[in-house]
Amino acid sequence: MKTKKTVVPFALRSTVAALALTLGLGAAIPAQAQVSDGVVRIGVLTDMSGAYSDLAGPGAVIAANMAVEDFIARQKPGFKVEIVSADHQNKGDIASNKAREWFDRGQVDAVTELVSSTTALAVMKVAKEKNKIALITGAGSSRITNEDCNDVSVHWVYDTYATGNGTGKAVVKQGGKTWYFLTADYAFGQSLERDTTAVIEASGGKVLGSVRHPFPSTDLSSYLLKAQASGAQVIGLANAGADTINSIKQASEFGITPKQTLAGLLMFITDINSLGLKATQGMYLTEAFYWDMNPETRAWSKRFFARHKKMPTMVQAGLYSAITHYLEAVKAVNSDDTQKVMAQMKKAPINDFFARNGKIRDDGLMLHDMYLMQVKKPADSHYPWDYYNVRATIPAADAFQPLSQSRCPLVHK
Amino acid sequence: MRRLGMALALGAALLAPAVLYPVLLMKVLCFAIFASAFNLLLGYTGLLSFGHAAFFGGAAYVAGFTIRELAWSPLAAVAAGTVLAGVLGWIVGRLAIRRQGIYFAMITLALAQLLYFICIELPQTGGEDGLQGVPRGTLAGLDLSNDLTLYYVILTVSVLVFVLIHRTIHSPFGQVLKAIRENEARAVSLGYDVDRYKLLAFVLSASLSGLAGALKVLVFKFATLTDVHWHMSGDVVLMTILGGIGTVSGPMVGASLIVTLEDQLADKVGALVTVIMGGIFVLCVLLFRRGIVGEASAFWQRLLGNRNSSGI
Amino acid sequence: MTEIFGIPLLALAGQLLLGLVNGSFYALLSLGLAVIFGMLNIINFAHGAFYMMGAFAAWMLLDNFGIGYFGALVLAPILVGSVGVVVERLLLKRLYRLDHLYGLLLTFGLALILEGLFRNQFGVSGETYDVPEVLEGALNLGFMALPKYRVWVVGFSTLVCFSTWLIIEKTRLGAYLRAATENPQLTQAFGVNVPLMVMMTYGFGVGLAALAGVMAAPIFQVSPLMGSNLIIVVFAVVVIGGMGSILGAIVSGLALGVVEGLAKVYYPEASATVVFVIMAIVLILRPAGLFGREA
Repeated sequence: MKTKKTVVPFALRSTVAALALTLGLGAAIPAQAQVSDGVVRIGVLTDMSGAYSDLAGPGAVIAANMAVEDFIARQKPGFKVEIVSADHQNKGDIASNKAREWFDRGQVDAVTELVSSTTALAVMKVAKEKNKIALITGAGSSRITNEDCNDVSVHWVYDTYATGNGTGKAVVKQGGKTWYFLTADYAFGQSLERDTTAVIEASGGKVLGSVRHPFPSTDLSSYLLKAQASGAQVIGLANAGADTINSIKQASEFGITPKQTLAGLLMFITDINSLGLKATQGMYLTEAFYWDMNPETRAWSKRFFARHKKMPTMVQAGLYSAITHYLEAVKAVNSDDTQKVMAQMKKAPINDFFARNGKIRDDGLMLHDMYLMQVKKPADSHYPWDYYNVRATIPAADAFQPLSQSRCPLVHK
Repeated sequence: MRRLGMALALGAALLAPAVLYPVLLMKVLCFAIFASAFNLLLGYTGLLSFGHAAFFGGAAYVAGFTIRELAWSPLAAVAAGTVLAGVLGWIVGRLAIRRQGIYFAMITLALAQLLYFICIELPQTGGEDGLQGVPRGTLAGLDLSNDLTLYYVILTVSVLVFVLIHRTIHSPFGQVLKAIRENEARAVSLGYDVDRYKLLAFVLSASLSGLAGALKVLVFKFATLTDVHWHMSGDVVLMTILGGIGTVSGPMVGASLIVTLEDQLADKVGALVTVIMGGIFVLCVLLFRRGIVGEASAFWQRLLGNRNSSGI
Repeated sequence: MTEIFGIPLLALAGQLLLGLVNGSFYALLSLGLAVIFGMLNIINFAHGAFYMMGAFAAWMLLDNFGIGYFGALVLAPILVGSVGVVVERLLLKRLYRLDHLYGLLLTFGLALILEGLFRNQFGVSGETYDVPEVLEGALNLGFMALPKYRVWVVGFSTLVCFSTWLIIEKTRLGAYLRAATENPQLTQAFGVNVPLMVMMTYGFGVGLAALAGVMAAPIFQVSPLMGSNLIIVVFAVVVIGGMGSILGAIVSGLALGVVEGLAKVYYPEASATVVFVIMAIVLILRPAGLFGREA
């Protein structure tokens, strides 16, 4: 594969998939730089058109470019930084092929984004084999930092343990004691239900039952009626994507909400945006980031909005944070050597608009606070993308799986 | 002439890893086997299956599972995948050959979708995560984790498969299949047990598709839902049509083109990749139904024919 | 309360009614497939894509022109049906002398193109389309709240299906149509414009798919991928019912919706696969399909 290089395009159109740009100080490469060939190359491997393209996709490529531009402007490093990107179409073989090619022939130092667990898990193994870095922002499988963990991968934004557990624990604390699960009947849904059930019971809540529906399903009304009949206060949605969207839409159609509250165990602001507040009001969900939390998040998000015409998801914001931290580490050790950079990344705390005192654990998990959101009523939303009330901050230590429970071989050496 | 072409192709395949990316080449080979197996059914028996992903993906999961969870050797695992695909093919075939033409296509599609849903729900497949981290292992002392070694192993298997398919087509069995394709009623009246022949062809095609799927697991070290999705069934139809239905080398050409195209387009067109695939489909059906190889050989024939006639 | 296998009778009735809603969609779609197949001998793989386009047409009519649900119910099928007519003129027409399989392949390619274009344009999260105001709210049945809109879907689609059946079986136009199906040359010789009829039939079948799409829009998220999984289930429905009879397509569509509804109550894990399993059983017991005529 040939990578096209162009000079910083300012108006990055989302439709432009073949996107590559060179940034830096031109020819001035200091002799002492140990960055191989004087260029740090970062590959953004994402879903540009499939099921996850709204929450990652073209917006993620924009966030990556912003990270690089800001880093260059701030640090004026002695090396160039280049972003290359590709569409993995959510197919494991295309993702791992592309990553291999980038590492072998494209002199790419780190590959990032990797939405959808299939591609993330596949590329992590390629990265390990080639001794390069994988920064995962889009995928949520908790296997990334458990069974399949390795020492060159970092899981940056969220995992299903955090979104499920965070929501479970926090909602029980808010008074939602009785639960009923609507679970997508495959590995992801089943483990989400299992993990969340454990935390609900540990927090003093009670799970009244669950119904497993095939994945994918479009008509979930039958299952919702069962959930309604259970009389539970909270209906936990242990599904994702279109299934979740249709569950919410139909729950409102059948008058189940707002009498019972829905809790999304894995949802993104783009889902809320496409459903609208009328159908989603009152829902609880856990996210790692919300654009309207504080002046810093607002400032960055508005810059992002100017380019993408949509507010960032936690995945896109997290990608900016991950790339920035990576580049800072490269600069600090003045090398793009994988082990040196990883050591520096694990040593330095992460402090930016995305994370406060973030820290990368031995299992590769970037530990940071998560937030319990409740979706606003339409009347309380005063401007575009004014969707959430932040109900609680879930401290990093509570949000993620404790290291002691980790199934990652690197932890229990 | 044909011999020379084959020798050239083989020579190119032997040298290819020096220039091209071995993993991509292996992917091409796997799909070439898959498409050739599919062509055995569509091109030589006249049966359009829209459910071949079931055999390809089903075998992939079996091979991945037996290697990773049961620690089988790659040889045993690939064999297991192939056998399972054959058994699946027997079941699907038994049901589908009860109807003809379009119904046959719809039945195979529906049964493959049934298997897709089963694969999603089985915990062993890992759902959307896929069955990941399947080690390549060793074969007769050869370390398959080396890309080049594996490439030559798969190349050998591919050549054997192509020879097998070639022999099948030209055997009496193959002749009967062609007779069925041309005129089923006549084949029946000649006393052939047509359903039996169809079923045999279906099982053979399914097994070889399974072989392709199992080999792909060795290459990529994982099996995922993509392998059993109906898009995969569509892909193999497209490869066969594009290359040339009922030609020996057509499916290989089609597979190489589609795989390379998918790979190359990955960073350029985004969602439009399905539009392009669909467009190729439509163009093939409308303009060159004989496919690349079919059209080329027709062109060649015409050229020869013209020269002969003008020679006098 | 009376219970059947542990489910209260009334709740079961409610669930079956929900099954009937999905059955209505199956019926409309398989009806369209059957009508097209009867006339063109083509299985329209793009049917799911046209269903999706119907839903998008409704959304676009509202979003861009302020045309509401009932307007869309009329306009969207006409718009999408016209697209169908163009497709028939430009593409399908060239295939009539070839093996029927080419029609399947062409429409498969077409489905990929349409789906890809919409995905490129609208992304995948999809758009929300609200239930029209008149049909908002739910009927309180005591044991459950049944949204008025779902009742409307069952009622209206059944009406459309049976009107179609009546037109084809009982009117002069229908007689021409049936004649053209049986023997196009002869019908043409009697002065019936057969190519025009073929074109209109395809447009009509596609329009039915679009109509189903409009009706689905308020219930399901309007998304580019909404048709592709559905169409495979509808294919199984068609295999079960057989495409020889219009009535067969309608009845088997509704019936399988109900069966699926039952599966959702008693064994939800199998609700996605039950239609395919029934298809397999039908193939074993009655290979020609329940209403099929061909051997």
